Amino acid sequence: MLVIIERQPTIAFFSFQLINMKQKRTALSPEEQKLFGDLMPEELEEVLDSGLHRRHFLKLMSLATAGLLASHLIGAEQLFARAADIDDIQDLIPGAIENGVNLSFNVNSKATKVLVDSRMTLLDTLRERIGLTGSKKGCDHGQCGACTVIVDGNRVLSCLTLAATCEGKSVITIEGLAKGNELNPMQAAFLKHDGFQCGYCTPGQICSAVALMKEAKEGQASFVTKDIRAQQQGILLTDEEISERMSGNICRCGAYPNIVAAIKEAQTGKSVEQNWLFVG
Amino acid sequence: MNPFKFSMAQNQSQAVNMLVSNNSAALLGGGTNLLDLMKEHVAAPTELIDITRLELKTIEKNALGISLGALAKNTDTANHPIIRSDYPLLSKAILAGASAQIRNMATNGGNLLQRTRCSYFYDIAMPCNKREPGSGCAAMEGFNRMHAIFGWSDQCVAVYPSDMAVALSALRASVRVLQQDGSSRNIAFDDFHILPGQHPEKDNSLKHGELITSIEIPENKLAAHSAYVKVRDRNSYAFALVSVAAGLALEGARIGDAHISMGGVAHKPWRALKAEAFLKGKTASTANFRAAAKAEMAAAKPLSHNKFKVEMGINSITNALEMALKG
Repeated sequence: MLVIIERQPTIAFFSFQLINMKQKRTALSPEEQKLFGDLMPEELEEVLDSGLHRRHFLKLMSLATAGLLASHLIGAEQLFARAADIDDIQDLIPGAIENGVNLSFNVNSKATKVLVDSRMTLLDTLRERIGLTGSKKGCDHGQCGACTVIVDGNRVLSCLTLAATCEGKSVITIEGLAKGNELNPMQAAFLKHDGFQCGYCTPGQICSAVALMKEAKEGQASFVTKDIRAQQQGILLTDEEISERMSGNICRCGAYPNIVAAIKEAQTGKSVEQNWLFVG
Repeated sequence: MNPFKFSMAQNQSQAVNMLVSNNSAALLGGGTNLLDLMKEHVAAPTELIDITRLELKTIEKNALGISLGALAKNTDTANHPIIRSDYPLLSKAILAGASAQIRNMATNGGNLLQRTRCSYFYDIAMPCNKREPGSGCAAMEGFNRMHAIFGWSDQCVAVYPSDMAVALSALRASVRVLQQDGSSRNIAFDDFHILPGQHPEKDNSLKHGELITSIEIPENKLAAHSAYVKVRDRNSYAFALVSVAAGLALEGARIGDAHISMGGVAHKPWRALKAEAFLKGKTASTANFRAAAKAEMAAAKPLSHNKFKVEMGINSITNALEMALKG
């Protein structure tokens, strides 16, 4: 039973991506086809034909609650690692846009062209125009970090970035971290340590943590760095350093100890002890 | 957000010309404050001029000290090897502000031009002389726990939010500005930000049509003895209740020169001139640090909800000087 209890938040976290896939067509890999065939044989054809829909997802949820999904899926999370394919971006209605900006940039290693209103933030462009709904709108005022994405290698807030300023830049979102079905080590560490409860802040947390690895490697300092004048590369982050450096990502469920453990594990590559003990 | 035209400047003079030709245009750097203000309808420029592609990103030593490009990012400035070794007070102050994401976006020039985080300034349903001159000050009789204890006027009690600027004030920097006619002028840091007086709508002495090109910091002997103390409601990612940038130029056991500026207490980075004058030539001791802090804070005029800032100021100055002495 314990396995199932552990798995539930995992499924809940990925639900946001699934619900938001809406009408997107998503080609399934052979492993995924087999999985769906086992779990939902009567609906496999439809899934293959029209992609995932909310009712498929709800069914998956009920299977998860019954423990069937967990027992079926070894590495179930891999199923959800891949992002929805980006369909052709629909053009805005000509004339309906007062201050249009033609934007060419790179999103998750894919050259992307889109016409945006000058007011449109990078976050809204990713979510509403390009269909990448992994990046979340929490506060929309730069206070929560849920919208964190990686632009030209650096973590930034997509809610306070105008899309028009991204011309020629390279954007990595949560959907761009996994390689095919293989999770980014940070994603895997978050899953292992349950670095979330509701999962809403998680895409931002993970993007932030991935960029943090680069910052630590470069030897960037933080406010709690003991000797700011001493400069070294490849800093091994302490709990205190991780807390300070991740302070731009708020988690209202309070999964902080698990997030810190996940980041430590991802950085060291060694197993980090969990921060709690199961009782009973 | 109101509709606006998006333009991109290719060089400095083009940026200035674009700005001059539209009185309601604004320059866009990192946008971390401006965009937020536009979403709240506090700012409504009709044109945004993206200047982030300009070549104003270098940080380099010169004969007088070091020059920080106006468009260098806060992160790059705080982590620059020379800043970390020779101006660690600046690194510390930058890293005390905002979050990693915001520091990756924010530019040095933009940091100086941040507007107050007074919640009445942000709330367009409330009167605010800074946002709408003549409408009144809601903070004066409202919740003013976060507000000023020095230099406020009957028009405005807001505080200036930047941490970086507090260190630049203590480091006695200056701001280099490109003017409309193509010539440059240097503004001493103390004169850059201004007190609210009867015109709280103005935060600084920059004129429309001027572009900050760099921040110049003179050489100093503070590197081994400086500290930035920030007291806030949570441990990280919060604005200061009180902050202190302190540096000591020591001559043996005596203080040749004390550099002390405060954040979170006034409409601008507050140079603690009384404390600085008190310490000059005196022995570096906790007793003298506390006496200097008391001399400075004696002139404080707290509001109804922020009397705690006076004692907090005394303790923070003392603490910062002790940390600076220890190095």
